[in-house]
Amino acid sequence: MKKRKSSLFYGLSLLSPPPVLENADPQKIAFLLRKQWTLYSVTPMYKFSYGNLKAYSRLLSAFVAAEKQKGLAVEVGSDLGFKVTLSTLLGLKGTDQDQVAILVQIASRSQLPFENAEDKVVWSGWFCCVSGDELLESVPEDFTCLSLFLANGAESYTAIVGTWFQKTFDCCFSRLTISPLNLAWMAVMWTGYKVDSHMTTTELVFSVPCTPHSLDISYAIHPEDAKALWDTIQKTPGEVTQEEVNLFMDCLYSHFHRHFKIHLSAARLVKVSTSIASAHCDGNIKVPRSQTGPGLL
Amino acid sequence: MQQRESTKNPKQALHVCRSSQSDLSEWRIGVKTAGPKSVDLKSAEKYKKEKQQSASDQADNSTQDHLEQALTYFERGKSSDRSLLLILKWKHLATVESVALQRGLSPEGLDVLLNVALSGRLGKIFRNLNGRILKCLIPASLIAESSVVSAVSWLCVGKCSGSTQLLFLRWLIAMFDFIDHKEKLHALYGIFFCSLQDEKQCPYVCHLLYLLTRRENGESIQSGMQPHLQALLSLYKLLCPELVSITLPAKMKTYFRNSASLWKAAINAIRRRNQGTSPTSQQLNLGTAHLQSRKRKWNTQLILPACNAETNNPIKSEEVNHIDILSHSESFPVEQLHTFSQLLQNIHHLEFPSQMGSVLRNSLLLHYMNCVKDESIYLRLYYWMGQTLQEECTWSKIDNEQYEEEFKDFLDIIYKTECFLQKGFSSCEEFLYKSLPFWDGFCCRSQILRLVSWIPLSNFSEIKPLLCEPLAQLFFTSSLYFKCSVLESLKELLQNWLSWHVMQLDVEADPKISPLNSTLSGLVNSVADLIHFVGWISTVALRLENNATFLLYFILDFYETVCDVYLKYNLPLLVMPPPGVFYPALLSVDSVSLNQLCYIMYRYRTNLVAAKENEQIKKTILQFKFSSQTYQEYNQYIMAMVGCLWTSSAFQKDIHPQGIRLDPEVLKKTRVQEVRNSFNIVHHPALMGYAILFLQQVSGRRWNWYLEYLYMQGFQGLKLFIESSINRVSQVSQTKLGNVPV
Repeated sequence: MKKRKSSLFYGLSLLSPPPVLENADPQKIAFLLRKQWTLYSVTPMYKFSYGNLKAYSRLLSAFVAAEKQKGLAVEVGSDLGFKVTLSTLLGLKGTDQDQVAILVQIASRSQLPFENAEDKVVWSGWFCCVSGDELLESVPEDFTCLSLFLANGAESYTAIVGTWFQKTFDCCFSRLTISPLNLAWMAVMWTGYKVDSHMTTTELVFSVPCTPHSLDISYAIHPEDAKALWDTIQKTPGEVTQEEVNLFMDCLYSHFHRHFKIHLSAARLVKVSTSIASAHCDGNIKVPRSQTGPGLL
Repeated sequence: MQQRESTKNPKQALHVCRSSQSDLSEWRIGVKTAGPKSVDLKSAEKYKKEKQQSASDQADNSTQDHLEQALTYFERGKSSDRSLLLILKWKHLATVESVALQRGLSPEGLDVLLNVALSGRLGKIFRNLNGRILKCLIPASLIAESSVVSAVSWLCVGKCSGSTQLLFLRWLIAMFDFIDHKEKLHALYGIFFCSLQDEKQCPYVCHLLYLLTRRENGESIQSGMQPHLQALLSLYKLLCPELVSITLPAKMKTYFRNSASLWKAAINAIRRRNQGTSPTSQQLNLGTAHLQSRKRKWNTQLILPACNAETNNPIKSEEVNHIDILSHSESFPVEQLHTFSQLLQNIHHLEFPSQMGSVLRNSLLLHYMNCVKDESIYLRLYYWMGQTLQEECTWSKIDNEQYEEEFKDFLDIIYKTECFLQKGFSSCEEFLYKSLPFWDGFCCRSQILRLVSWIPLSNFSEIKPLLCEPLAQLFFTSSLYFKCSVLESLKELLQNWLSWHVMQLDVEADPKISPLNSTLSGLVNSVADLIHFVGWISTVALRLENNATFLLYFILDFYETVCDVYLKYNLPLLVMPPPGVFYPALLSVDSVSLNQLCYIMYRYRTNLVAAKENEQIKKTILQFKFSSQTYQEYNQYIMAMVGCLWTSSAFQKDIHPQGIRLDPEVLKKTRVQEVRNSFNIVHHPALMGYAILFLQQVSGRRWNWYLEYLYMQGFQGLKLFIESSINRVSQVSQTKLGNVPV
């Protein structure tokens, strides 16, 4: 399906250009950083309403409680020992017509008797709209298009929350994997991003399928070298083409071949990690640096 | 025991009477008393039926017989001769176990085994067998309440060991949902309550009471605060707050130990099996969610959603201003929709389930879907189906390979739904376009090809690169059978397009619905392109397969639809078959193909004549006329055919550029005698056999005529000799025939 590919693509592009960030709650944005997120794609939600987030929170709490205590009666409204909150993530949009992102958090109630004891977030996930999605224009009013879902925390919670959304809004979740092609794009885009401090090595991990255990090859490059290479390749600043990405990767491949006589182009790119962010083909991404994070997101 | 008999209804007795199969007798001999026999007979009868249902499953039959024997054995078994019995028991138990784990046990079988396990009849030596029996008590469908009640009565007598009792309680908790009625069980509430005192049983009894407790069972108990008691108390408190005075900690814990773990896998396996084998029950399967049958990551398994009403019900009971969350007024819950009349009565306040995917299993909702013109219905289905197809596609993800059967089932369900709605799903269409280039032509073959036939009508030039090119590649490189399957599904595709067109004519279509903006010319072009495409691949395929008769049959079958497009489907289009199809059929060695071709040419003629008449009657300028080229093509073919079959001038009269016209000089060089006649109705290779048979029939008559002639010439001696010495088999009939005047 075309939709899928584009949603992934734009999901990633969301991570690169400086998007609209006004009205953003810095606390919430900071919360999104330094975590590993598992990516899911979500089909448009039916009859989702931003006005009902509080009611949804309550329902989802009850649902989580019911799932956790399978087979036992759940008293609605009583203290369940944890709290589910749905809230909007303002400012996290690629373009203006994008729908507002939604943050879902499950916090366990503090055991301490103090009034101001903070709840501990045990699971969080957020839905966001991936800009430029051609689907957006064709979606009628009953549907809400928040086609990228990122989850952090126990998969059992992801399953419960996802199931609830699927049941309630007739949508469909599926794991989003990142193809080597897209990973190469990410490597390029993140390499080109200027970082002032906290430089870490740019690392590309390749997987070679062989029996009995597959072999992983890690290719580490000094970020400044990678940046220098990219600067010689990029023709127009702020623009990246597929040819340029291919050329960048080919240069890295031939360099590697010169030293180790191994054609990396025959292996599969499975992971990219840079100072900016890291991504694995399984659909896990992580944005580690708080100071670069907001601009990136 | 008595309890069991008292619950037998007349129906069961009838079953017994009907079981007259001879092979029943051999195991019936051992049964002495009448009471338990009926139980067994019935179960046997049931197994018989199952057996008949799966006639293909030959191997199962023997196990089934073994099971019958085993059940009979356990039923009547007395621990008299121990050494012998020990062996028997192990053997029979193994049978019961294997069958139970494979397909589950019937209510009757469960009844027998429960009684055996709990009555302590097996004696102390075989006590460990009781546990084994309990562990394999997997219901195939339901558990009769009476069996449970009698089992509980055994429990009270205390004939079995404590561990067996515990195991039984765990079994009861695990199987609670399988018990058909629970009224009598509720009546035993007090008995269970008493056994709370047993320290070991207490956790399980609590769990059982928790499941059984209703509002009227509010009683207070005073005891420690073990988690299982807490749970029970919390329920009491919830139902009758005035009876429970103690405060319970708010923190939720896991109160009960997991009792179901022993049986869970087996139950799931059997449920899967049952759902898989009976498509009808699958269709009517309302409200029951698919059980997770495989361990994959969350949401990565193919589950058709269960048919539930829109969720968010709790909101209704809360604040009024939340009612509008999904804006529900009073509506008829889909779970309760079971009959067509219910559908008719509630059609105005019926709501679709919360997950549209569930309609695929529910024919009533599909009816409803047909009546409702709401874009969001199809859109919801579109999103869900698109995602599911893509996620589950067996050949696009390596992990999915092992789930081919499930994917097949899913595709089958989609196909059935499309047939029911007479409409293709666009998500399915997109899936085909996307996945066909990577398809090996083998995996889920029949399902995929059937789905191709429901691709919605659209501009053929758009479809061509997406559908035809990958399909043609596979077509040319695959077996004869695959080629025929492709042709079959393309024929159905054509028929579906044409039917759609006829329906549009009837409905006087809303232009918005039409994919081609209702332009007839667009439709005609698309259909014509499809026919030309099939003509092309057919020509090539006939060459590749050496004009295989089987293939030719499917090709001509396609043209049987094509030749009637004008009259049958009211579409002003006639496309003649390409010469690569026409001539192989005309010169085929197979009479069926020739006959099919003759019929097709006759229908072409009827259609063309009708078209010509319409043109003349209306006199108006028709937007669509068959081009003179069509008539010309038809005439060329008809001349070739007539020349070939009737006037014995095929090699002279054929004027088709790709026809069989041959220079007389060349013909002479072949030195074939009477070359002109070689394809006429007598000498045609497809008809030659008939001509010979015909001559053989006639020659018998001629023989007689010859004899008559000889006799008339005065050969009386010959006449006497033949009549006396030659025993002519068909004397009578031939005499009769001979009498027929020439």
